[in-house]
Amino acid sequence: MAYRKTAAGIVAAAALLGTSTVSYAATEISWWHAMGGALGEATVEIANGFNASQDVCQITPVYKGTYEETLTAGIAAFRAGEQPNIIQVFDAGAATVIGAKGAVVPAQDILENAGVDFNIEDYVAGVRYFYADSDGKMIGMPFNSSTPILYYNVDALEKAGVDAPKTWEEFIEIAPKLKEAGYVPLAQSHLPWIFTENFKSRHNLQFATNNNGYDGAEGTQLVFGEPIKNHFTAVKGWLDDGLFGYYGTGWGDNQTPFNEGKVAMWLGSSGSFGGIQKTVEFPFSATYLPYWDAVEGAGTGTFIGGAALFSMSGKPEAENNCTASFFEYLASPEVQYKWHKDTGYVPITNAAYELAEKDGYYKEAPAAEIGIKQLTLPGGDWTKGYRMGFYVQIRDVMNREYGKIMSGETSVEDAFAAIEDEGNKLLERFAKTTAN
Amino acid sequence: MRQSAVHLSGALMKKVQFQSRTVPFLLLLPQLAIVTIFFLWPAAEAVQSSFYLEDPFGFGATFVGMDNFTDTLTSSDYGRVARFTGVFTFFVTFLSLGIALLLAVKADKVLRGASSYKTLLMWVYAVAPPVAGLIGVLLFDQHVGPITEFFALLGWDMQIGVSFFDTSFAMTVTAVWKQVPVNFIFFLSGLQGISKSVQEAASIDCRSGFRRFWTVTFPLLAPTGFFLLIINITYAFFDTFGIIDVVLKGEPGNNPVTLVYKVYLDGFRGNDLGGSSAQSVILMLLVFILTVIQFRLIERRVHYT
Repeated sequence: MAYRKTAAGIVAAAALLGTSTVSYAATEISWWHAMGGALGEATVEIANGFNASQDVCQITPVYKGTYEETLTAGIAAFRAGEQPNIIQVFDAGAATVIGAKGAVVPAQDILENAGVDFNIEDYVAGVRYFYADSDGKMIGMPFNSSTPILYYNVDALEKAGVDAPKTWEEFIEIAPKLKEAGYVPLAQSHLPWIFTENFKSRHNLQFATNNNGYDGAEGTQLVFGEPIKNHFTAVKGWLDDGLFGYYGTGWGDNQTPFNEGKVAMWLGSSGSFGGIQKTVEFPFSATYLPYWDAVEGAGTGTFIGGAALFSMSGKPEAENNCTASFFEYLASPEVQYKWHKDTGYVPITNAAYELAEKDGYYKEAPAAEIGIKQLTLPGGDWTKGYRMGFYVQIRDVMNREYGKIMSGETSVEDAFAAIEDEGNKLLERFAKTTAN
Repeated sequence: MRQSAVHLSGALMKKVQFQSRTVPFLLLLPQLAIVTIFFLWPAAEAVQSSFYLEDPFGFGATFVGMDNFTDTLTSSDYGRVARFTGVFTFFVTFLSLGIALLLAVKADKVLRGASSYKTLLMWVYAVAPPVAGLIGVLLFDQHVGPITEFFALLGWDMQIGVSFFDTSFAMTVTAVWKQVPVNFIFFLSGLQGISKSVQEAASIDCRSGFRRFWTVTFPLLAPTGFFLLIINITYAFFDTFGIIDVVLKGEPGNNPVTLVYKVYLDGFRGNDLGGSSAQSVILMLLVFILTVIQFRLIERRVHYT
């Protein structure tokens, strides 16, 4: 008879739930996100925290799969008039949502219309303008912000008697020693993100015409110079000499050998911190993404990766006000600090960063601070970000051509010629989609 | 009631015809509705959007004429994808038909424990393509895959996701493994349909089992074989999607993909609706041509009893 009691309980609970929402008349808003696993749990926790903190709004988070799947689902829903209030869109998809004039309401407008104090200077420097338009207005609310950093196996480096490299020149010196000590010295998990986009930012080099694409889609073209080609020539050399491991395009395939202690140093996301901490059995630490000292003006900060939350258009004001109060809650120092600690994503506001510092978190886990410190390194003309349409496909072209470089099917020169050719064609096509 | 009575009493008539002209159309209606809603309508939409470059959110579209087609056909990658699709389709079809035929001929001769033997061969049929892909991914994993470890013993350092050839190999093996049972079932029932008397007559005429198979059994299996050929080509073209999707783990990179998978990648991952539509129109034409060839050229050579 136990099941009958349970069933009755469920019915009663459902009835209660029904009445409770009616009696409070809470405004319901939906939030589509792409955070699975442990990240998903932390995401749901934020939503629950928001629901518990007030009784005017009720937010429902819905997991929609990968970043690409979430964006596609959002687009399909928008076309059917069933869009969610909030959608999480990743860095490479930003141009698609921002380029479609009228698909989203800028986060800044949402907040200001709801009477929330907004000052873009409150946000961490590297985070501030990535999801903003060319006038500096914040369109997407930064949510899970990460940046590529270098993780290293402390035991491995000690065994080889070396220190973590600051520059690629230093890496060249220490890599053979790590190899001798029985390790693959280095691996990375995302060639377009780490060795292309952030390579540009770290060396303060132009990535695309039209102010890295921020000034409009029309006429935007990719810019590849000698430094990045030289970098890939060097990387291919390291691969051939056994100083670098390449395990394909998959993120996990490249991280696994580091977690298993076969690879000594791994370039991944600052957001990987929480996962590594749970998985690995050796002491690890992290440092900044290395740069080439030989490139003039190098050593600037990196872009943020990860994703932002966009408020979709066509929603009534009451719901938009709820979106605003959720954004306000999300950006509050306590929520950001907890999110930062749980996941390793960087806190998005200066206040949250200060809270983490004051709490002594970085004394206990210095590696957790690397990401945010790197984002606040001095910037330059080209460290704000980039904005390019059909960028998911451009990344796919990069991954394909880089894969060909690594397997020796093509030369560095030809690969970049192909990326430029196909990438620019995609950009030209994208400009036509937003022409009217 | 009256009509059916007429039909019953007319059981001796050679042709049974509908009295009313509307009834057959009514009976056809559901089928026609399905074809229109699920095939003709989307196909027409695809043809239309293949001439436009459209903002994914549907705010506007620019008419670009044949640009989507020329962009697709002139891109070097499309050629590579098309070549891979051709080679992949050939190997998957040839190997899954060949292996299934061999197994069916052998299973047909098994006397003891025949049913358990057959069941073992058939049960993979129940595995869904994405699950088959997942099993393939685990077996061929670069770090822990047992097949990868086995080949490493033989000196082949397999790297799925890095080497184009190795990934193609893993995809083909998985796709064939998944398809063999279907073909096996059809071939086996085809073999059991060949009358004993023909086989006995053949064995009196010819001692070589090998020659008997190619001159007597194989031609009698031709209708089954032709049917399976079409089914298998369609499988390799379209149904391997799930396997490819799982093997790629969401990142195409420098890995082999088929034409159908590329339509999905550009349309649903890249949000390039115009380009993706142009590719599906090309694919529709390709399948149309393939069907004509199959029925015009090959079916004529098949002898139906």
